[in-house]
Order: sequence, then C-alpha cells, then structure tokens
Amino acid sequence: MSEPAKKEQEKVVDQGIDVGIARLTEDKIKHTINSVIKVETGARLKAYVETCIHCGLCSEACHYYLSQGNDPKFSPVGKVKQTMWEMLKKKGKVSPEFMRRAVEIAHTECNLCKRCAQYCPFGIDIAYIMTVVRRIIHKLGITPLYIQDTAHSHSVTMNQMWVKDDEWPDTLQWQEEEAQAEIPTLRIPLEKEGADIMYSVIAPEPKFQAQLIYQAAVIMDVAGVNWTMPATPGWDNSDMAMFTGDNELMGRLKRSHFETAARLKVKKIVMGECGHAFRSVYDMGNRWLGWKMPPIPIVHAIEFYYELLKAGKIKIAKKYATPVTLHDPCNVVRGGGLEEKARYVAHAICEEVIEMHPNREHNYCCCAGGGVINCGPPYKMKRIKGNKVKADQLFRAKTDGAETLITPCHNCHSGLHDIVTHYEIGMDIKFFGDIIYEAMEKPGAIDG
Amino acid sequence: MIDSKSWDWETSEKVIEFDDWKNKFKWVEEPYASPDGEKIAAVVNVDEGEFNVCVNGETWENTFDKVWYLRFSPDGRLTALISEMGEWTLAVDGTPWEDKYGYAWNTMFSSDGKNIAVAVQQDMKYSMAVNGIAWKQTYPNMTNYTLSSDGSKTAASVQVGEFDSGEIHKFQEGAYTAALDGKAWDTKFVNVWNMAISPDGKSLAAEVRLNLYDYTIAVNGKPWDKTYTSVWEPIFHPENNTVVAPVRVEGKWAMAEDNKLIWDRRFVQLWNQVFSPDGKKLAAVVAPSYGKWTVAIDGIPWKVTFRDLVTDLAFSSDGERLAAVAKEGETWKIVVDGKVWNNTFDMAWKPVFSPDNQYVASRVEKKGKYTVVLNDRVWSHKCEAAWDPVFSPDGNKILFRTIENGNYYRRIMPVTELAG
Repeated sequence: MSEPAKKEQEKVVDQGIDVGIARLTEDKIKHTINSVIKVETGARLKAYVETCIHCGLCSEACHYYLSQGNDPKFSPVGKVKQTMWEMLKKKGKVSPEFMRRAVEIAHTECNLCKRCAQYCPFGIDIAYIMTVVRRIIHKLGITPLYIQDTAHSHSVTMNQMWVKDDEWPDTLQWQEEEAQAEIPTLRIPLEKEGADIMYSVIAPEPKFQAQLIYQAAVIMDVAGVNWTMPATPGWDNSDMAMFTGDNELMGRLKRSHFETAARLKVKKIVMGECGHAFRSVYDMGNRWLGWKMPPIPIVHAIEFYYELLKAGKIKIAKKYATPVTLHDPCNVVRGGGLEEKARYVAHAICEEVIEMHPNREHNYCCCAGGGVINCGPPYKMKRIKGNKVKADQLFRAKTDGAETLITPCHNCHSGLHDIVTHYEIGMDIKFFGDIIYEAMEKPGAIDG
Repeated sequence: MIDSKSWDWETSEKVIEFDDWKNKFKWVEEPYASPDGEKIAAVVNVDEGEFNVCVNGETWENTFDKVWYLRFSPDGRLTALISEMGEWTLAVDGTPWEDKYGYAWNTMFSSDGKNIAVAVQQDMKYSMAVNGIAWKQTYPNMTNYTLSSDGSKTAASVQVGEFDSGEIHKFQEGAYTAALDGKAWDTKFVNVWNMAISPDGKSLAAEVRLNLYDYTIAVNGKPWDKTYTSVWEPIFHPENNTVVAPVRVEGKWAMAEDNKLIWDRRFVQLWNQVFSPDGKKLAAVVAPSYGKWTVAIDGIPWKVTFRDLVTDLAFSSDGERLAAVAKEGETWKIVVDGKVWNNTFDMAWKPVFSPDNQYVASRVEKKGKYTVVLNDRVWSHKCEAAWDPVFSPDGNKILFRTIENGNYYRRIMPVTELAG
C-alpha cells in the first residue's frame, strides 16, 4: 500500500485554495464568473449547456463515477450541475464555499480525459466546461497550490520543474557523455540549425529521469536521424498553465516552443512519451495563439517509433519476452488517434501483447492526467480511490497473462504506478522507449 | 554592421578540402563558415573526451574536455564554449577567456562583432560576462539575456526576492526584476520576460507581469500605467527611443507605442515587430483572422496570407521593401513586398537585400540539397551545405559559401549572372 487510505477522509489543507478563498468576496466571484462567461465563452458553452437533456449517459463513462459506487455527484453531468450550471443559474452569485467545492471538482475529480464526450448522445464536451470552470478558478486565484507552483515555474523558466537555463544543456551534455560509454560516437547535437528534427521533452526528464533522454539519444543515433535539441528555453513541451486555466501563460509557453523550432529551422518536432504536452502543442496552446494546426508538425514518440520501425531504421534484436498490456493515453489516442500505431509498435517490440478491456479510445483514464496528479500529495488517495475501475481493468489484464504495462505518457506512468502499487497489482510499468532501447540492435555499441 | 569592403571580392573561387577532415579525427561536427567566407570550421573529436576546433584544416593549439556552440563573430573571430577540468568559459580563436565559470552559455555578439557576451554561473550564482569580464552583481537565477546592438550593454531578467518551492503567495508578491549591466531595477515583478536595450544604451524595456493577470511593459523599472491581458516583447524605435510592443486588448492584439495604441486594426495575433532602419516604418507578423498569417506594415496587412507560419522579416536598407519567409504545409516560400515567389522550398532562411535594394537572396533547401535563390531564380548548384549569401558593398557581386562534393567553396559571382 502506498499511503494510508484514511487521509483521504480528512479535510484537505491546500494553501492555494485556502488562502485564495479567504480573500474572496461574493462580488468578486460574481464579477469574475460573469466576465469569463461573457467575454471568453460563446456559442460553444451555450450550445453545450442548452443541449444537455440530463440523461446521465455520460455517467458510465467516468472512472470516478464507476469507482465511487456510481455516486451521481461524480458523474460528468453531476460535476457540471455542481459547478457551471449553478454559476449560470445564479448569474455568478455563488459563495466562496461553493467555489471551494468547484475547485475540488474541476481540479481533482475530473481529468479532462473526454471519455464522457463519446458517451453523450450529443457529443457534449464536458471537459471543455470543466476547463471554463478552471479558468474562473484561475481568475479568482484559488488554484490548488502544487499545480499553481508548477505554473509559476513555467512562467519563470519556461519549463515545469524550475530547471535553470544552464542546468538544461549541462544535463544533455552529461547524458551524451554517459551514452558515449555505450556508443562512443553518439552525440546529442545541441543548437544544430537545419536539422530535420527537434526533439523536445517535458521537464521531469532532465530533472528526474535523465535516462529517458539517454535512451532517446541512442534510438536517434542508431536510426541515423538528423536531429537536434535546443540549448535554450523552449525545449520543454509541457504545459500545466493549460490545466490551471492560465491561457495567457499557456500561449507564451507554446510560442516559445514553436519559435525555438522555427529558429532552428527544423522540419518537425518529435516529442517524448507525454500525453498532456501533446494536447498542449497539438490542440490547445497552438490554437490559443491563432494557429489552426501546429506551425511546425508535431510527431508524438508513438508515431516516431512507428515510422522508424516500419522503415527498418531501428531493428529489434530480441523482442521483449515478458507479456505486456498497453494503456491508451487519452490525449494521444482520443485526442490524437495513435491507437493503431501504438499497437504496431507494441507488437514489433514485444513477444506477446495482451489487450486490456476496454481499450483504444474507450480505455479508462489513468486518473493522473488533466493536471490532477499535479495538484499533489493532498489529493493522492482521492485520485487512487477514484480509479478503482482502472485497477480492476489492470487485474483482468494480469489475469489474462500481462506482466508489464506499457504506457506512452508521463502522467499515465506516474498515475498508474500509484494504482499498481496501492492495489498491489504487481506489474512493471514501462515506456515504449524503455523496451525499444532494451530490445533494439545497436550496431555502434561497444557491446553491440 | 560589418564593413565588408576589405573582403576579397575579386577571386572567383577558393576551395578548401573538408571531407578529408573525417580521416583525421574520430568525428567532425557540423561546419560553420566565416562571414567573409575565408574560413570553414567545425568541432572535432580527437579522442575519448578530447575535443578541438578545426579551421581550414588546422586545429587550435589546445584541446578541451568539451567544445560546443561553435560560432563565428560578425568580425570573423571564431568562438566556442569550452570546458577544461570541469570549468567552462568562452574561447576566441582558440584562446580561452582568463576567467572560468561553473557553466557558460548563450553566446551573443554585437552587430560589429567586437563585443561578445555569455551568461555565466558560478556556485549557483548567475551573471553575464562581456569580453571575459563578468558583472559585479550576481543573482540566484537569471533568464532572457540581452545584448545591445553595439554590445556595450547587457541585460537580463534576474531574481531578487527569495521564496521556497511551494510558496506561491510569496512568489506572487514579486521576486523578479531586470538588470542592466548587472544593476537591478528597484521594482519587483511577478515575471520579467523579453527585453530590449535602447539604441543609446540608456534605457531598458521589458515585458512584465504585475500579478497573475496584469501584463504591461516596464521601462527603466517603471511600468506603463495601463495594463493588458498579455503583451509581447518590446523594441525601441531606432531614432527617438520610444518603446513599441504588441498588447492584448479585449481578446485581440494591438500595437502600442509608449502605452498608446498606434494601429487602427486589431489582430488575432501580432508579434515579431521590426522597424525599418530609418524608423519610418513598423512591420510585424500578424494573423488578420484565425489560422491566416501574413505581414502588416504600419498596421496594414498584405493581402496574401499563409496557413502555418510567417517568420524572418527583413527590411531593405532604405525601408521601402520588405521580405519574409512563409510556410504552408511542408512548403516554405519567400515573400517580397507581399508577392510570393514561384519557387518553393523544403526550408528557407531569412532573406537578404542587396545594398541598392534591387535584389533579394535567400539560402534555401530542397530534397536535402542547399542552394541560393535570388529574385526567384534558383542557383543551379545543389550543395551539401550553404550559408546565407552576402552582397558586395557596391551590390554588384554576391558571395556564396557552400560545401559541394565534400569541399568547401567560397565563390564570388556577378549578381547579374544569377539574376539574368
């Protein structure tokens, strides 16, 4: 067990919410709600609100609802009822305590995974409505502390982990040196203008998981890719500001990312195995800035590995022998349509792939994404208990023989680690990159 | 600006063997050509953990533990960031600066190349160093490094307040400001981002965030009295020192000069503004409507728009003409005075005007081969590498710097030969 369950019963202390709530007045709340709704929303919100017939078909889609004994307050429509509908009905005249509950719902009881949109007969995107609620929360200054701190990091450093400007290239050079012990001629080319590809990652990689950069460098080197990494801010593709509703900061981060790629004159940006970052560069941040699509094409790692394997640019020396199951991250599968490419990669590198059910676009969320895990330890048990249905799904996959869980997304990786640990499922969790690195031929390696 | 009169504009062709370097070293990194085209250089690996720089086939006298960010200064000196015994500094033509640091990065050059600046960190304290001399002041963090055009002034965003991880409300009280030549403004802000130094070197303007919601421009520490929901980087007028920046007003972007809106139109996006050399015209990249991008001059957008990207604005020296690079799908285009060239490319670099402003040339790449296009006529050479073309001071000749068949070529050609 990762943490005692009783903690979750206690009132959560969150300075981000508590201090913010203490500063609120009902006038400020009313003005802020009405201002956001009037100025920043339009036909989309109106259509969603007026179209919903309260049928509740979305309920069965939500992992929180399913995991909490079908408690209607955890149903997607129930979350809207407790937040946006009430705000609209009362024309913004809601109390600070109402807003405290709205923060809990929008930030810690909804992952913005959009599974419910598929079950709605009208396709109402409830995640969008929750995003508007989060925008109001941001404007009121009551965002949970941990994710707000992450947004602050973004604002100063343009990355989510307070990685300083010198620490970034220093880390890449360290990883290059480490990798040269395995492949003596390997390079992580920094600031190589005119390379075909800029490789971008999220800040936890240089901060805590530098081996992922090492592995990516080995894959790039073996595949003979003409690639580069920037030595400047703009290297981090992540975006917690997108989840705090700080749209202006989200835009600033995405501009930095795309302008870095444009400065380096690359033809594509290949990004590591992260889901929310994909959403921020492929859907949200680019569009806030006025781009319909990314100005420099974005290729998620799943698609990149697919292309390399299909073209024979990397060859598998020995397939990963342990039976695996594959988790479909919401942002790259529901949001990016990469489910079949993920399966191509899984089958190309693993001896046995056992499907979990439901899967593909119907897969259950990890319950970490949408910024929920970034709200930090106060909500850990809520997140874990809010996803018992995922534990059940993984148990079934394990019963079918799966021993390793592949999840090509950082948030999913962390969230599922908590699920697997707490519910004692007993599965290894890996990125595709972990397995490719382990299974691939490395012709230039000392032991290759 | 570099005076290129003394360069060799007569010799039609000079060749330096380049591919054979690969036989001398374990590996040869991507090459760089000097502005005058006389030198070709690359970082080379001599042995395990031993790096050098090779220039025209000759290495620098000393090797280093690591060499990166090899770049020619505009005056032709060759610089690289180097590491020895765990310490970092900048080496100029093979000679490291005397002072060494925990880390050094982000090399910047003045327009004449005489002044070179880098960001430096020593014992987790940050400052900038110009020509080997660091600021007297240091800060616990520093970002957004800026060098004035003449290189006499440096500036950066610096942290001046203390807060621990998770102290979000302390952070929101403001812990950052800007420093000019190391001296910090008295005013603290929540954030300080991109900045510009005035042509006379006396003023510094920066994007600032006063709290999580209110953005404006601060000049010499004093914020404009009006705030906006967002702003982009300011620039100074080249003649009268006014500050111009895009500001977001009611969900659209407008251009502001000294806090007054100057263009009638509003845009879905507006950034990368640039003055003509005489300051009489102001151009910027704009999105007149969602998903459509172009250039606006003094607020009036070109009729032609592009789906993906417009970048690399370049004014002619008389300010009468403007060129840019645009992208649609996988196709990159050159646009001059609102007209799109017929030739398209897989990549295109910032266009260059001839001194008489009659010709526009650009480095381009197609199917992995590089060449130069001049007034929409593509030079027939398909090269393994190419650098930006350079016009002679009289505008009659053009300098090509390329790698072809493993050799580096410096060629001088009459402009008319390519222009037809």
